[in-house]
Amino acid sequence: MTYNYPGWEGFEGGTWTKEIHIRSFIRHNYEPYDGNEDFLEGPTENTQKLWEQVCELFRKEREAGGVLDMDTDIISTITSHAPGYIDKDREKIVGLQTDKPLKRAFMPYGGIRTAERACTDHGYEIDPKLKEFFTVHRKTHNAGVFDVYTPEMRACRSSHIITGLPDAYGRGRIIGDYRRVALYGVDFLIRDKQEEKKTTRSAMYADIIQQREELAEQIRALEDLKKMALSYGFDISEPARDTKEAIQWLYFGYLAAIKEQNGAAMSLGRTATFLDVYAQRDLKNGKYTEAEIQEMVDHFIMKLRLVKFARTPEYNALFSGDPQWVTESIGGFGIDGRHMVTKMSYRYLHTLVNLGPSPEPNLTVLWSVNLPTNFKRYCARLSIETSSLQYENDDLMRFTHGDDYAIACCVSSMRIGKEMQFFGARANLAKCLLYAINGGVDEISHKQVGPEYRPITSEYLDYDEVMKKYRDMMTWLAGVYVNTLNVIHYMHDKYCYEKLQMALHDKEVTRWFATGIAGLSVVADSLSAIKYAKVRVIRDETGLAVDYEVEGDFPKFGNDDDRVDSIARDIVHEFMEAIRRNHTYRGSIPTTSILTITSNVVYGKATGSTPDGRKGGEAFAPGANPMHRRDTNGAVASLSSVSKLPFIDAQDGISNTFSIIPGALGKEDRIFTGELDVDACGGACSTPTLFAGLDEN
Amino acid sequence: MKGRIHSIESFGTLDGPGVRMVVFMQGCPLRCKYCHNPDTWQVHGGEETSAEEIMAHFLKNRPFYTNGGITVSGGEPLLQVDFLIELFTLAKREGVHTCIDTSGATFHESERLDRLVELTDLVMLDLKHSDSAAHKELTGADNASILAFADFLAERNVPIWIRHVVVPTITDGEEHLLRLGEMIAKIKTARALDVLPYHTMGKEKYRALGMEYPLEGIPALPKDAAEKAKATILRGYRLAKRKNTQGE
Repeated sequence: MTYNYPGWEGFEGGTWTKEIHIRSFIRHNYEPYDGNEDFLEGPTENTQKLWEQVCELFRKEREAGGVLDMDTDIISTITSHAPGYIDKDREKIVGLQTDKPLKRAFMPYGGIRTAERACTDHGYEIDPKLKEFFTVHRKTHNAGVFDVYTPEMRACRSSHIITGLPDAYGRGRIIGDYRRVALYGVDFLIRDKQEEKKTTRSAMYADIIQQREELAEQIRALEDLKKMALSYGFDISEPARDTKEAIQWLYFGYLAAIKEQNGAAMSLGRTATFLDVYAQRDLKNGKYTEAEIQEMVDHFIMKLRLVKFARTPEYNALFSGDPQWVTESIGGFGIDGRHMVTKMSYRYLHTLVNLGPSPEPNLTVLWSVNLPTNFKRYCARLSIETSSLQYENDDLMRFTHGDDYAIACCVSSMRIGKEMQFFGARANLAKCLLYAINGGVDEISHKQVGPEYRPITSEYLDYDEVMKKYRDMMTWLAGVYVNTLNVIHYMHDKYCYEKLQMALHDKEVTRWFATGIAGLSVVADSLSAIKYAKVRVIRDETGLAVDYEVEGDFPKFGNDDDRVDSIARDIVHEFMEAIRRNHTYRGSIPTTSILTITSNVVYGKATGSTPDGRKGGEAFAPGANPMHRRDTNGAVASLSSVSKLPFIDAQDGISNTFSIIPGALGKEDRIFTGELDVDACGGACSTPTLFAGLDEN
Repeated sequence: MKGRIHSIESFGTLDGPGVRMVVFMQGCPLRCKYCHNPDTWQVHGGEETSAEEIMAHFLKNRPFYTNGGITVSGGEPLLQVDFLIELFTLAKREGVHTCIDTSGATFHESERLDRLVELTDLVMLDLKHSDSAAHKELTGADNASILAFADFLAERNVPIWIRHVVVPTITDGEEHLLRLGEMIAKIKTARALDVLPYHTMGKEKYRALGMEYPLEGIPALPKDAAEKAKATILRGYRLAKRKNTQGE
């Protein structure tokens, strides 16, 4: 049947009026915008005053050593807190995680010890009754995992050949389709979930029992979402009727998720172009002015900048700081050939001007060669001015994920509301290479962690021998790794289920089993050194290889040299093949990523000297980056090496962290053009340099 | 044939329009005191590389260079004219924009140079000092051949971008800067002016090569001082232009 609501007046119909289908709504209603940024409005006085207060809070938080305030006796749930405000009268968009801005919530379901430590490390003591409750009466995800771990899994974990596992914290990387709250209202969503529950299979196998229990949880979460919104004075049971409500409804959806879950990445999705449909309607009807709409967006983004979680110092070391990964994906192309840049895309980016630069929310431009030139120029300008934008290749991802996917965390793409992922941290392939050489003995602890295969005993390393042993060791590692993750995700579903986020998904979701690789360029360079130079092994008195001496030069990853780039490519492929040979929880599809953007230092610290000449403890390069200072032919060569890695084997993403001083991106506009009264190059001398590199396909 | 190549920068954004592959050629006859690439001086160093290899590398990554092209720099690229002819012939066959970044110090009129210039879309010409004696003191050679080279290019309608490095106490005097403007005004195909502030990042290289740093004690020039110097050069340029117009 076709539904109709007052909030939908003026929208073009389509499949979306018959069933939950956000993509259909967007395709039928959005208007691509080719113009430039001139329409944008600056911050209102309200925004400025409000932002001043937030900045003051940030300052106090820094002065207090990183945390301003913490809950110690309230278990955070969707409805656990009374409404919180920054300055109620000024806020156009409302809602905080707790009753006060920057007060961090207490979230014990991932693991009570981690939750407690997050408090004690900042000088707060949790209520002993809560500690007892979550130790004795209510099991956590963390407790469940450790009940099941095998000794081998524990050994791998403590030797850091598998690191950063989400076994004591929320796995995150799930994006609820928060747009559904705005377009349909919560009652519609509840009815839909009830219908889904009614139509499960009826023979009660374990998977169906699990599904029915989860659907019940989801419905309860949606009821709680309504209650929470109501406490702020909004009835969100019906669809939003204008831009302000749409932003507010959508934000309530996201807010409920971050009240419930302290996930490693709590991304927002792809909301700008969706919201632009409302903004266009309101602008046409004269309901809101551009300045009013920008104000709402500014206040919404301000809220996203305030998202904080209680975390331990180890966690912050692993992720280099205190990131929330509130990633919002902007732009991209539709599969019907229309680009998806709207005025709202500009408004989101413009918050970097109105409120100043910020790493969060993580504004991510889905880049395509064919995006409108005005938009490309605006992005490039903002990148230079604020260093706050992330770019990802839409031309590559659209091919497999369609045109309604978003990025979770930094690079994980998934169709919104239709796909989720089981986040799996990373396997340390550099350490795995050392295990291959040492027959499974850890080079730092000297313990037998891996299988007791025959070690390499020759003075100089032989490429073929090393490769053969390396393949065996990777096969072993992939097995332990996948099975460890199977345990983790079973327990996370059981004890720390993301009920609100999953309520904003379809019933049948595709699950990605997202493994990861750390140390790729170390491995590639090491194998290259073994193949093209001579690598002498230095062993300690027990015969364990502890260091390496490289004699001669060798091709290094990051210089567009196929001799070594092909090694990197093959390793990714072979490791992925080894992963694929294992059973994965809930029929999930294995993928991998090469994206240790933030944890390369920690991984390096836990890994001994490697045959590429890297000394024990030295940091790895982040993600798929070449090792520091080994790429000597400039950025294009470096990027070319990275682009040879097979996306089909690393569909969860490949990241290359690329810093460049703005001055090296070309001269300021004013230096060349027309200064000698002659227009030398059609006025196109300097600015196009910003784009050419990004247009690589 | 093979050329002697010092190194290749695959992402050059400062040496000509667009993103460019910059080929640094080995060998230079000048010994500019502020040179930050003394490792390119020796004529016999570098790696012998063929024009085909360089072109193949460029074409493989061509999508990065949609608005750019190839720049040969150095060292002094014009020491290897035959090699450049070969490289640029290949480049022009593929429709690639070509640029030479040179001091022009080796200029002799020749058929080969004529041939090379035909294949060149842009020359970035480094004017080091307006006073010939001071030029010799700064670089080891006077500036006569450089100016002759500029005329040679202008006659053949090759667009020129002028570069000038401003070094405190050596090339920052007002008189010199005005005169430089005047000189540029005489170069008919001069299209742009790029004034570079002297920096001291080369020091480390001298130390690594065991060489004495010639400008020890001279501080880097602040960016705004370079802007000011540029304004002075442009003033000299306009004065000269006006004079020329009135004269006509």
